[in-house]
Amino acid sequence: MDAHSHSHYEPNTAFERWLDARLPIVRFGKDLLDFPTPKNLNYWWTFGGILAFCLAVQIVTGIVLAMHYNASGTGAFDSIQHIMRDVNYGWLIRYIHANGASMFFVAVYIHIFRGIYYGSYKAPRELLWLIGAVIYLTMMATAFFGYVLPWGQMSFWGAKVITSIFGAIPVIGPAIVSWLVGSFTVDAPTLNRFFSLHYLLPFVIAGLVALHIWALHVPGNSNPTGVNVKDKSDTVPFHPYYTVKDGFAVSVFMLMFAIFVFFMPEALGHVDNNIAANPLATPAHIVPEWYLLPYYAILRAIPDKLTGVIALAAAIGCLFALPWLDRSRVRSMRYRPQARLYFFIFIAACLILGYCGAHEPDQQIIPGLAAFNIGDSSINSMAWLSRIAGLYYFAWFLLINPLLGLRETPLPVPESISTPVLSHPAAAPAGAAAAPEKKG
Amino acid sequence: MLRKLLAKAVARALVLALAAGLAAPAAAATTSAPLEHQPWSFSGPFGMYDQGQLQRGFKVYTEVCSQCHSIQYIHFHNLGDPGGPFWSPKYPNSNDNPYVKAIASSWPRQVTEINADTGDPSHRKPTSADVLVPPFPNDAAARASNGGALPPDMSLLAAAREGGPDYIYAILNGFRPTPAGIKNAPPGKYYNVAFPGDLTSYWTGAADAVPTGGFISMPPPLTDCKVTFDDGTPCKLQQEARDVSAFLQWASDPKMNERKQTGIAVMIYLLIFSAILYASYRQIWRNVAH
Repeated sequence: MDAHSHSHYEPNTAFERWLDARLPIVRFGKDLLDFPTPKNLNYWWTFGGILAFCLAVQIVTGIVLAMHYNASGTGAFDSIQHIMRDVNYGWLIRYIHANGASMFFVAVYIHIFRGIYYGSYKAPRELLWLIGAVIYLTMMATAFFGYVLPWGQMSFWGAKVITSIFGAIPVIGPAIVSWLVGSFTVDAPTLNRFFSLHYLLPFVIAGLVALHIWALHVPGNSNPTGVNVKDKSDTVPFHPYYTVKDGFAVSVFMLMFAIFVFFMPEALGHVDNNIAANPLATPAHIVPEWYLLPYYAILRAIPDKLTGVIALAAAIGCLFALPWLDRSRVRSMRYRPQARLYFFIFIAACLILGYCGAHEPDQQIIPGLAAFNIGDSSINSMAWLSRIAGLYYFAWFLLINPLLGLRETPLPVPESISTPVLSHPAAAPAGAAAAPEKKG
Repeated sequence: MLRKLLAKAVARALVLALAAGLAAPAAAATTSAPLEHQPWSFSGPFGMYDQGQLQRGFKVYTEVCSQCHSIQYIHFHNLGDPGGPFWSPKYPNSNDNPYVKAIASSWPRQVTEINADTGDPSHRKPTSADVLVPPFPNDAAARASNGGALPPDMSLLAAAREGGPDYIYAILNGFRPTPAGIKNAPPGKYYNVAFPGDLTSYWTGAADAVPTGGFISMPPPLTDCKVTFDDGTPCKLQQEARDVSAFLQWASDPKMNERKQTGIAVMIYLLIFSAILYASYRQIWRNVAH
């Protein structure tokens, strides 16, 4: 479908006609608002809009913070306190930005899991999925750079641990680390370049989001049934139907966001980051932010550093390969009961990995329970729990997804989007008995 | 016994191997007494600072803590900011607050400056715009006066410790005589049940009865009536500890009152806004089967 084929824009004034012939920007905006969208999208689909809101919030608050922030090894920590104490509403802007990063990841994880559950990555949306995966990767880099900027203990030591991952690459690893951190160890030059990249990458993300939406608007949205749109009766214009639904979802999301910002602003941070960076004092536990913990657990599950780093890269790589790993022709897991079961175990495995990442590998899972060792560590340790969960993580991508599509028996898929919703009260003829359990 | 040791060694080796791979250190088995949660006036979404308590806590800081600990992010005028110990609506500009002015001019230490004409160091009385003048000119001087240990700056102490004010309160109340089974206690250190430490190497008693806590470099700073309170509050050690912990929580998070008040308004606004949006959503979608 090209942009003009479904355009309902009629330039009414001489100026609009003049503009439309030269730069059809009003037509572009009108077509975005009119975009035919499946009418059966549920609330899991609102996270796209929520993510756009998150990106805008991070960019706006970030630009204001950069006006007051001092990216220098000696001044960074002090300038954060200056923002918190002296800048008008600086505490509000910084807490929105710091908690906003976590909210962004909450939303992106729900968005990704929604995409997996409803098979939104399947043809013809593979490229849409790939662009999304690149956005997610860029988000992780941006968040990591941002966490370094306050230049507290966790910033400093987190930067040291993450950059040292690249040191595992044979022969050229150490040289790459020096090149990344701009010194022989993490130091003031690292902070300056991370600030530069932290300011750059959000605009890269914004560009990628434009591509993501463009790639979405070619095939159009997927939907909970996974059935293609057949005709106009299956869709509604994006505005006002989804602007109001997304708007409501954003507002509820803001409620949760506000609880963190105003009542527990430090809950997702680490107390050690309120101590200025000190290269001579290593914190007892170095942990990344919660949204990176599953990968951290995979990295630490393997005693050999290089193998661990390869596993870490592979864990993210699997996400990119998913459209080709999943062999099922049925998009939505609504009609794939077996796939649904494995999917929920997959979510559990990701959560368990996150839990392991927050603890030391030798910590007991059940405190005080004596257990035997397998290999290098006790079966009752975070090390083995993360290995088991990590194994399932990879098996889900590399074994379950390719095989299940060939072996499972899916449930019958509806003829069209409109078929399963005909029982909705609004579709029933006047006077017919309503089915209250189907409402909403 | 040997097998146990071997198992321990293997476990240690694994931790070391994993940790070394990440440039992270192996964590020692530190212990400390579990923190008791104190009933703070600022707990919960509606909790605010108790101004009287902040004033008492400030007195404890001034008369005791400030002998060794700086508080570098607090200026005298901050004491008169909204939510602060000496805030008064009569003085919206805290620089005009007579308490703030009096505290600054009677502060026991002077501000060191460079005389613009001669280039020589000179001294003057602090004003409300100055930082609470620290006890030592630099970290080296602070270490030299404290047996090599650096008394941490107190501006963010409550935010930089797990448990915050509960932890500070526990430390101030956690000094005990060194347990009998401890041999070769480090000189110039003090046993504290709340201070995270590992006493295994000092312990001569049963292996499973190592005392919790550790050795802290700070001598017990507070005793009953070390500080007397102008409002008649009994000067017990627990009271002094509680008040100074509250003061340090304020120093870490001076905008908390404003933050929570704004937060409640924001929540009410968003609840109403969400309800309106939901009603609009139902209205717009009323004729669409979905």
